[in-house]
Amino acid sequence: MKLLEMNHVKKSFDGVSVIRDISLSVEEGEIVSVIGPSGSGKSTLLRCATMLEAMDSGELIYLGEKAAWSDEAGKMSYAPKKDLKRIQEYYGLVFQNFNLFPHFSVMKNITDAPISVQKRDKEEVYRTARELLVKMGLEDKEHAYPCQLSGGQCQRVAIARALALNPKILFFDEPTSALDPELTGEVLKVIKSLADLDIAMVIVTHEMAFARDISHRVIFMADGVIVEEGTPNLVFASDNERTRSFLGRYGEMLK
Amino acid sequence: MSVGMMVSQLAGGMFVSIQIFVITLIFSLPLGMIVAFGRMSRNGLIQGIVKVYISVMRGTPLMLQLMVVYFGPYYLFGIKITNSYRLWAAFIGFVINYAAYFAEIYRSGIQSMPAGQYEAARLLGYGKAQTFFKIILPQVIKRILPSVTNEVITLVKDTSLAFSISVLEMFAIAKALASSQTSLIPFVAAGIFYYVFNLVVAVGMEYAEKKLAYYQ
Repeated sequence: MKLLEMNHVKKSFDGVSVIRDISLSVEEGEIVSVIGPSGSGKSTLLRCATMLEAMDSGELIYLGEKAAWSDEAGKMSYAPKKDLKRIQEYYGLVFQNFNLFPHFSVMKNITDAPISVQKRDKEEVYRTARELLVKMGLEDKEHAYPCQLSGGQCQRVAIARALALNPKILFFDEPTSALDPELTGEVLKVIKSLADLDIAMVIVTHEMAFARDISHRVIFMADGVIVEEGTPNLVFASDNERTRSFLGRYGEMLK
Repeated sequence: MSVGMMVSQLAGGMFVSIQIFVITLIFSLPLGMIVAFGRMSRNGLIQGIVKVYISVMRGTPLMLQLMVVYFGPYYLFGIKITNSYRLWAAFIGFVINYAAYFAEIYRSGIQSMPAGQYEAARLLGYGKAQTFFKIILPQVIKRILPSVTNEVITLVKDTSLAFSISVLEMFAIAKALASSQTSLIPFVAAGIFYYVFNLVVAVGMEYAEKKLAYYQ
């Protein structure tokens, strides 16, 4: 089944068109990378998918449930609040700058939403959180506060926080852009290790080697449209002029 | 009059000063939050009214505001002013004045919060109230604590303005004693009182700041 469907999505800011008619879908367990130059609308696309930004027109569907749609007259509608609340639980988002809660310990950052939003059993949530921390290589940081962690550790906590809510699809908005190469490596390693969790992932990234290695499908975006999409081999070896010019030297290396 | 007697008379005034201080904080701190929300309201009418209110409270002397609250009911509505209303007028005047100042402090704190905190809370499914009370407010309190300390210290000294509507607080009594006894001692005692009071406030607030220093 399709976890996510976006049909003919458009979005502009102050008359500047950032996304012009984009359609994409994500299957269960699929890993999709979105690459493209800065300002091509990649982040805005994620923000529309996660409803942080309202779309101007188009359709947003999670697991067959319509979250947003526009009618023929172009009027945009979102599903009723209680439906959105349920739909929202299908996905999680990992931010570029982590957005951890600085006044919460690592453990509380991870467990508070499952306990106070999803109303799950405390013991079960703590157990899950500890397992996630082990997976992230942070089992000794349970009681630390975000200000005591490195950027890479913060991002791994943020990933654990998103996973603790058991999403079916996890979005990453340039998860390593705020990190130096060394820290980038450790975060990418963790994201790779999630591939066997059977969670679909949509990753906006500038890490080309990573995108090529991990993805089932790569989407190349430029100027608010999808220029090309397909398997990593296909996109990275593309003859499309726009794709070639973006991949530049990296594309040459692969040939 | 012996020094002991002066001090015991002043003690009565101290009690009234502390009463004004405590009542003002208890009511103006929460009221300021409501005013801050009004100030940030998307409703233009509410925002406009609150803006005017804050502007008047900050733009006119507190002493004048106290007089308006005290004498206003008589001049505006012909209501006879009773003696017991005096202290009430002081409470009301201080609370509405300080709520305006606190509101602006809250607003500065709330608006300084990065949008990412709201976005993360939203993605994690927190409701509006949960987001505010669990995520935003605790961080805002830490941010605004130094400005609040400033305001609270000013309040300690401002309680002496209640003398302008003849509330028998510390300063009014000190002034009366000083002239009837032709002595400086009541003023010295008053000075020590305000200073020690503020020292306690400063130490308390510093403790609170230290308590919140566990994160950045």
